[in-house]
Amino acid sequence: MAWLALAACQRGGAPTGGKVEIEYWDKWTGFEEEAMRAVVEDFNASQSRIHVNFSSVSQINHKLMLATAGGVPPDVSGVYANMIPAYSENNALTPLDSMAAAAHITREQYIDIYWRMCMHRDHLWALPSTPTSIALIWNKKLFREAGLNPDQPPRSIAELEEFNEKLVKRRPDGSLQSIGFLPESPDWWDPMWGYRFGGALWNGRDAITVNSPENIAAYQWIASYPRRFGAHDLMAFRDGFGNFASPQNPFFNGRVAMEMDGVWVYNYIKNYAPAGFEWGVAPFPSSDPVRLKDVAIVDLDALVIPAVAKHPAEAFAFIRYVNSRKPMEKLCLGQRKFSPLLACSPDFLRNHPNPWIGEFLALAKSPNACYAPPLATYTQFANDMSDAVNRIWTGKSSARAALDEVQLRQQAVFDRSLERWRRLAPVLTREWSAQ
Amino acid sequence: MTRGEWRDCRNGLLFISPWIAGFLVLCLYPVITSVYYSMCDYSVLSPAVFTGATNYRDLFTDAIFWKALYNTAFFAAFSIPLGVFISLSLAILLNFDLPGRGIFRTVFFLPSLVPMVCLAVLWQWMLNGELGLINNALKPLLHLLNSLFGSHLYPPNWLADARFAKWGIIFTGLWGVGNAVVIYLAGLQEVPRHLYESAELDGAGFWSKTAHITLPIISPVIYFNVIISLIGSFQVFAVPYVMTGGGDGPDRSLLFIATYLYQNAFDYWNMGYACAIGVVLFFMVVALTYVATKLSERHIHYSGK
Repeated sequence: MAWLALAACQRGGAPTGGKVEIEYWDKWTGFEEEAMRAVVEDFNASQSRIHVNFSSVSQINHKLMLATAGGVPPDVSGVYANMIPAYSENNALTPLDSMAAAAHITREQYIDIYWRMCMHRDHLWALPSTPTSIALIWNKKLFREAGLNPDQPPRSIAELEEFNEKLVKRRPDGSLQSIGFLPESPDWWDPMWGYRFGGALWNGRDAITVNSPENIAAYQWIASYPRRFGAHDLMAFRDGFGNFASPQNPFFNGRVAMEMDGVWVYNYIKNYAPAGFEWGVAPFPSSDPVRLKDVAIVDLDALVIPAVAKHPAEAFAFIRYVNSRKPMEKLCLGQRKFSPLLACSPDFLRNHPNPWIGEFLALAKSPNACYAPPLATYTQFANDMSDAVNRIWTGKSSARAALDEVQLRQQAVFDRSLERWRRLAPVLTREWSAQ
Repeated sequence: MTRGEWRDCRNGLLFISPWIAGFLVLCLYPVITSVYYSMCDYSVLSPAVFTGATNYRDLFTDAIFWKALYNTAFFAAFSIPLGVFISLSLAILLNFDLPGRGIFRTVFFLPSLVPMVCLAVLWQWMLNGELGLINNALKPLLHLLNSLFGSHLYPPNWLADARFAKWGIIFTGLWGVGNAVVIYLAGLQEVPRHLYESAELDGAGFWSKTAHITLPIISPVIYFNVIISLIGSFQVFAVPYVMTGGGDGPDRSLLFIATYLYQNAFDYWNMGYACAIGVVLFFMVVALTYVATKLSERHIHYSGK
């Protein structure tokens, strides 16, 4: 409450030097915040009309919703792309279609999947800030020690498991000392293992498809872990992992030899892994490397204008600036990511500090790149899936039973959400088209 | 009413008016609107649509709600008696006239000053299955038992194993008994000394004095602590929320009613459903408080009666 009151008071301040002040919230901290702050400073220096006040805000998914409900949202906010469906369907965002068209910003200028992630219900709600793609990362030293070729990562799930068996080490008391691969390390993409087996999580219209044969096959693979390694041993092993951003990260300290991770991992390796840490990046294996080649999960940080923002035109001017080539490359270079724009300066990739940036970029452009289902109920869906995966992973439930349960519950949740959408759609779509 | 009484009444109302205004605006209004929104489909940002008893109907067929209710009841059923027993025992021990009593009282009160989030982070590591202090203390003990009896006991993965996760939270909660200890100590100091002296003359020992003098006299204090713990247990949120990183724990074993309410309100855009959970929670606490009052009526001795 006090925080909202403070935000309201700040907004009431007079514009500095006759400029329109706009508030910009984003979720970044540390070097990622610094990278965006540098772009904001460049924008402010280039402007005689607009001044951007940038604040780093934690738990942005909750705070943006409450601030919008309270009528005091920021003018621009950074969001995770998977927030866009829920925010747009609940009338919390300003559609950007007409502003983007007037500024000649088009789909053709972006890596296609990132543009699609900014669209929902045939409207444009956001423009990218920084993109990510997820790949297989492996520890070359551990590969060498296990007699594996350090430059030859697994290409199929079957091969991944062969490598896993060679990389696993146990202590004299039988407990796990290190492992080749652990699907729950990290567990950020629990709902999306089915993509590796050709599965999808919904039909694109009105049905959840979480218990499809492909998804069941994927989670049966997860279910093999407690059977092979022992549920208690696995839990104790995983419980001993330190924070992701610490030297106790199990991948950095050699307890896990391969993992699925994003483009950001470079920064964490640089800061927390031991000196001389050798690592490689490749597409994460799939069940069938010929049919399902380069299946990559991608994600996106995006910029939106909340529905009741006071200065939408000025807010869009800032978003447009960030989405022009030079500032975007400065931001992405600062955050050690690749640019979501198709056009790229020749020096950008050449001078990029992340030695594997080309591999991550190629995965984002893969025809088999995919992302979290754009459901307004995604948070609930993801929570339910995490719980199901936990039960599967600890051997408490079979893959089929756990997925059947999620299917039943999440279809009902999705049906209710569609019902709400059908009720709101006539008014909202009319308003959006008029904007 | 005389003129003086009118004046007193007016002044009294004037003095109490800030509280009345605060109560009406910050308590009564939100409670009434919550009851209304509990009968609506309401996402916070779009207009609420009245749907009658739909949220309540959905709630009673929602397996996750029942799981959260079970977890909350389990937590309350064990944490309240354990908390009362430990805090009362500590208070009785700390009431003995021994040297260094003040230091011990401070030591036992200190953990209550630790903010809940710090407490949760600290215990997250204490209860760590592989590296935690608790398991490192248990390991040699279990090793001894295993070598003596040929058993295969191993320390639990407290927060990663659904069978033990709630116990982890219950033990963590016991760290905060310091507040209750202070209240019990205040109650114990009110017990008239002459009753103990009379009982001692009749040959009563420590246990008889505790059972027949101390406990009956401080029964209103015990009642107060039980009711406060009951309400607190049904609202448990911060510690499990932090310990699970905002999640539900293994097999949803750490999903409590307040967490589920929070998730629906702020993660799932179901404020109407969250209000329905809040209303059900409110009536449950009222009902349980009423039952506790009725059950304990005959065992509580107020000095004025």
